[in-house]
Amino acid sequence: MATSETYAAGAAAAPKPFITAERVVYLLLFVGLVALPFFSKGFFVFQVTKLLIYAIAILGLNLLTGINGQFSLGHGAFYAVGAYTTAIMVEMMGVNYMLTLPVAGLICFVFGFLFGLPALRLDGIYLALATFALAIAMPQLLKLSPIEHLTGGVQGVIVFSETFDPDVPFGLPFDPGTWTYLFTLFVGVFLFWLARNIVASRTGRAMMAIRDNPIAARSMGVNVALYKTLAFGLSALFTGIAGALSAIAVKFVAPDSFTFALSIVLLVGLVVGGVGWLPGALIGATFIVFVPNFAEEISKGLSGAFFGFFLILVIYLAPQGAGGLLRAGVGRVKRLLASR
Amino acid sequence: MDLFLQQIVSGFATGGIYACMALSVVMIYQAIHHLNFAQGEMATFSTFIAWQLLAWGLPYFAVIPLAIGLSFIGGFVVERVVFKPIENAPVLSHIVIFIALFAIFNSAMGFIWDFSIKPVPSAFGEGPLYEGSLLSKHQTGMIAVTMLVLVLLWAFFRFTRVGLAMRAAAANPQSARLVGIRVSFMTALGWGMASAIGAVAGILIAPVVFLEPNMMLSILLYGFAGAVLGGLTSPLGAVIGGFIVGIVENLAGTYIPVVGGELKLPIALFLIVVVLVVKPEGLLGRRVVQRV
Repeated sequence: MATSETYAAGAAAAPKPFITAERVVYLLLFVGLVALPFFSKGFFVFQVTKLLIYAIAILGLNLLTGINGQFSLGHGAFYAVGAYTTAIMVEMMGVNYMLTLPVAGLICFVFGFLFGLPALRLDGIYLALATFALAIAMPQLLKLSPIEHLTGGVQGVIVFSETFDPDVPFGLPFDPGTWTYLFTLFVGVFLFWLARNIVASRTGRAMMAIRDNPIAARSMGVNVALYKTLAFGLSALFTGIAGALSAIAVKFVAPDSFTFALSIVLLVGLVVGGVGWLPGALIGATFIVFVPNFAEEISKGLSGAFFGFFLILVIYLAPQGAGGLLRAGVGRVKRLLASR
Repeated sequence: MDLFLQQIVSGFATGGIYACMALSVVMIYQAIHHLNFAQGEMATFSTFIAWQLLAWGLPYFAVIPLAIGLSFIGGFVVERVVFKPIENAPVLSHIVIFIALFAIFNSAMGFIWDFSIKPVPSAFGEGPLYEGSLLSKHQTGMIAVTMLVLVLLWAFFRFTRVGLAMRAAAANPQSARLVGIRVSFMTALGWGMASAIGAVAGILIAPVVFLEPNMMLSILLYGFAGAVLGGLTSPLGAVIGGFIVGIVENLAGTYIPVVGGELKLPIALFLIVVVLVVKPEGLLGRRVVQRV
């Protein structure tokens, strides 16, 4: 894949100045996101909460596809598992919703790791097939009768039934919507930081080596099987936490919220944001949250077709997504400045 | 015992649909070594065309060749327009294009024909084949058509020049090009044929499950399961695999209480994962050895 240069620069570990353009951009973005709920309306805040949740899920998918070079058309399934874990723990066991996040992540990690084991033997297209099957079967798996007392079958689980909102800790003066947003934001920032560090670590380098040339990686002593399953598990963990957050934000889980369409949406976000470029998750998520509204306005009922055409356009014109365009733009500006 | 026999027979009949779907999956796989995730939506689209023609009052014997022909042209054109430009792109791009096609077809069908379910009459008539028969007329027809398609395909690849050229183009594109075969044209031909076979499968199954834009999603999954089980490189394997999937699905639905009548999709998932892990080349497929 042509994205190898994205993180190659980080691996060279040259001493950098403390204040870089990149850090300034991140800081501004963070301040802007924290300030957002104090300047906008409830529904918009909810939409941006959803955006952040999708961004986390796409981040997880990006770890798998962008960093490790494996495909998944079934990340909606891990999202569902995370959402259900949180819903069940909060509703049936009375656990504090914040404590359910690590559990949801852990369960998804194990689930992803286990699904990754057979996936080890599957290359490219076969892996896509297996995860495709997982995504399509997931709504029915959730309806299976032996687990119906937990999952609520077709009806699903209503979290924090009506009167109950996620409580704001320490008596902070926020309304529940704002708090959910800020909570999601902090979890998201933490996970993004975590993902960056994983990618920059030994583990991340091993994963990228497998993506770029599995045979060379193996002969360099990289345990291909271990790192591939690990990538699957980690990716599921991120996506699972996103699912858990969605259960908190939407307060409702049902099998039909986790159809194949969800997996498609995540894939769209990944491709639009840029495969292999972690901050692209935010751009991809913005696309999948706001563009459908926009597309509905142009023509009702054709938003799926619009999505499809846009995907094809991205593949033709900007195969590296927004990340690729951004890098090309920055490179051009730099060259312009240098030539003066 | 009667129930058991009844289930096997009706599994065999639905198996015919999966076999058709598996055949079209294998066609595409042979041509470009990819699984077309939009295959089901394309087949549903063909079925909608057939339904529309019927609704306009054309008789069945005119509708079927027309729908199949249009599907063939459609598949051919989709390959030329959408897929040709990115022939050499990485696998991810291909998968994304399939998913894009999936979204486009699904949404377009909903837009043109809306999401309400539509009954489709059977081309073979209603009722059992004969008094006391286990198979209905339609089921018998489905099985017969599947077999016919398989035989035609086999004959096409075995006895015609175009079939030979297609096999050559798939097996060794470079050498095929050197002997004067238009390889990329053959790929498009493969798409056209796959989409025509998909149309057959769609028209066959529509009377059983009712027509709506998401009709084929689960059937495609069974088709994939059948193709993987039989071996992605073998049309005969795909047909056998399709029938096995149909029978297994029906028996599991009847005899495993957890599964029940409605929740059979996890079986397809299970089958796919097990086959890919235990015997990735399938029952009749060739093992693909990669040179490094």
